[in-house]
Amino acid sequence: MKTLNGMCLAAGALLMAATPAWAETITVAAGEGAQERLQEALILAEPGDEIVLGAGRFTLTDGLSLDVDGVTVRGAGMDQSVLDFSGQLGAGEGLLVTSDNVVLREFGVENSKGDGIKSKGADNIVYYKIRVEWTGGPDEKNGAYAIYPVESENVLVDSVTTIAASDAGIYVGQSKNIIVRNSVAKYNVAGIEIENSYGADVYNNLAVNNTGGILVFDLPDIPQQGGRDVRVFNNIVVDNNTRNFAPEGNIVSEVPSGMGVMVMSHYNVEVFKNVFAENATGNVLIIAYPNETEDEDYNPLPVNVLVKDNIQGRAGYKPNMDGGEMLAAAFGGTIPPVTHDGNGTDIVVQDGVPVLTLGYTKPAQPVTEAKPGIVDLSGDADKPLSLKPIVLPEAMEAVVKQ
Amino acid sequence: MMGKAGFCLLAAGALAFGSAIAADARRAMPVVSDEAITRPGMPRTLEDYQFFIHADAQMPTMGVEPYSLNTPLYSDGADKLRFVYIPAGKQAIADGEGLLQFPVGSALIKTFAFGEGEDRRLIETRVLLHREDGWIALPYRWNEEQTEAKLALVGARLEIDTPDHGTISYRIPNKNQCKQCHSIDGTLVPIGPKARNLSHEWLDHRVATGQLDTRPEHSDILPDWTQRDHAPADQAARAYLDVNCAHCHRPGGTASNSGLDLRWEQQDLTAIGIMKRPVAAGRGSGGLNFSILPADPSRSIMVHRMRSEDPGVAMPELGKSTVDEDGVAIVERWIAEMK
Repeated sequence: MKTLNGMCLAAGALLMAATPAWAETITVAAGEGAQERLQEALILAEPGDEIVLGAGRFTLTDGLSLDVDGVTVRGAGMDQSVLDFSGQLGAGEGLLVTSDNVVLREFGVENSKGDGIKSKGADNIVYYKIRVEWTGGPDEKNGAYAIYPVESENVLVDSVTTIAASDAGIYVGQSKNIIVRNSVAKYNVAGIEIENSYGADVYNNLAVNNTGGILVFDLPDIPQQGGRDVRVFNNIVVDNNTRNFAPEGNIVSEVPSGMGVMVMSHYNVEVFKNVFAENATGNVLIIAYPNETEDEDYNPLPVNVLVKDNIQGRAGYKPNMDGGEMLAAAFGGTIPPVTHDGNGTDIVVQDGVPVLTLGYTKPAQPVTEAKPGIVDLSGDADKPLSLKPIVLPEAMEAVVKQ
Repeated sequence: MMGKAGFCLLAAGALAFGSAIAADARRAMPVVSDEAITRPGMPRTLEDYQFFIHADAQMPTMGVEPYSLNTPLYSDGADKLRFVYIPAGKQAIADGEGLLQFPVGSALIKTFAFGEGEDRRLIETRVLLHREDGWIALPYRWNEEQTEAKLALVGARLEIDTPDHGTISYRIPNKNQCKQCHSIDGTLVPIGPKARNLSHEWLDHRVATGQLDTRPEHSDILPDWTQRDHAPADQAARAYLDVNCAHCHRPGGTASNSGLDLRWEQQDLTAIGIMKRPVAAGRGSGGLNFSILPADPSRSIMVHRMRSEDPGVAMPELGKSTVDEDGVAIVERWIAEMK
């Protein structure tokens, strides 16, 4: 037996040596046994391989995972190749990626019980033309994040669609060097969220019908904090008035419905050339972290936030915040489109619209201490944009040109 | 699909008849196949390793030593039979109260079974092999006849009748899922055999046989789970969390981004969850604000998620189809006693 087994291994080694060094294409069709066939392909893939998902519906009972570097998973289109997790019985997400240089493109993920696609510690990851959706629309029972890269360096999310995540459609957390662009986020609690990350460009996206369109947050008690250097520009952020259906306890459950862009804590954020309209609470909100924290390494204040050259459409006509109705009445029915809680330093708004301050003097103050009023945050002169564009490795950009 | 490894798997399948020829001879006292453990590739059957004299009875051969843990990992109430193999002439090195550092060529073997005596059914055997390029984890699934366990690279989901929970949907993890728990900074490592969770008696025996260099000072300190009712709640609960949760909830672990660190040695109160807000829990939060709210287990996310069988909420995420009532009880007691 030992000898026979040894021979097999030797034969295997020969075969492997005889295998050409170029990448292989492994096709996996939809239908019977999809769970086993697709997972097997994901396990046996080798760097450089492309796993091609056929058109159709892949009915899955458990989470899938990929742990091989340099693999591309390509479907026939975000509506054509669908990973259906409606009957999922285990795992915390639909697809988990834990390897580097992975490309996920042109397939859909539906109704996973936890997150849709999570990539953790997966550097140089590309999400391209992916759809992640909970098909029943907004619901507390939907998974938290649709597209969820975390603890990764170099992240590209391009031309994806996310629908009805109970936390964020596109959530990038504790990562570095990030681009989120050309994507659609709708009916999520947060459309797009950049959290505790260093360096992100968020542009050419459509955030519509979420609770809040685009969030830039820094939170305490997390391994990577001190989030900084995020640019939010050329996005259309409209009609984000869906009720907040996030389970309480999560920070996004505190996002008021009717919010366009929200900056919480964080260093160096530029919000420019976006189109805002029909966000009932406000187009832009800049605040400190609102909860008590004992994390001594954490700065709860926003620092150096510049809002300029945006188109400020109608907003603030039904503010969903404590005392919102009274505030609106006091301002003749509509509060200003931009709100600042009063905390932080170097907060500049040069959009030619009035700014509401809540008049807080420190984070986590009770609402009874608010002193709302109009404030001029335009500064003395035109403040230039100063953050540098995010540059990703060329190989990542090449993927979306194919 | 049929490139590379696929060919070898086919070849191995074609040669599998060889195992039948050798079956009788092996009953005497098989010699563990060091080749199967250390050579590249994935042996197709558990038998290839020759760890057992009678595999169905889980009777190990020479050099394959059974061990047990003071506080074990809960796996849907399965009985677990654990063995370690250290190649002759080699030695494991103690590393304080932590994981024993096993030499290349070692194997850890764990069989999952349900039922007692004649009714016992072996479900799967998981092996961890220490090769030159690191550890590899492979799952093997037992057949209905209980005569053979075959490599189950993609895992499996089975209906199993259990004594405690009736029929359950049991998950044999796939190769990647093995790594999800057994990973620190992307490197696969064993979890169980830490000196603090092994008895003095067992460690002394290993030292006496030369398989271990020394019994470290801080060993055998986790409480005996069967005696948990007599142990201080914080000791029993922290041991439980260390063994059941901390392989992911630790720096470098699969749940590192949560900031929750449930290792036995962690002393920071926020890090172990006390008044810690969730990070990416989603509906796992259950509408609650803190992982642990002192004196109030029913409003602690930790208890909520341990109590859940709903994927997306349930913790642990893998290897759990049923709630560990004993584990929940001890964690509840610990939280309730907090001031």
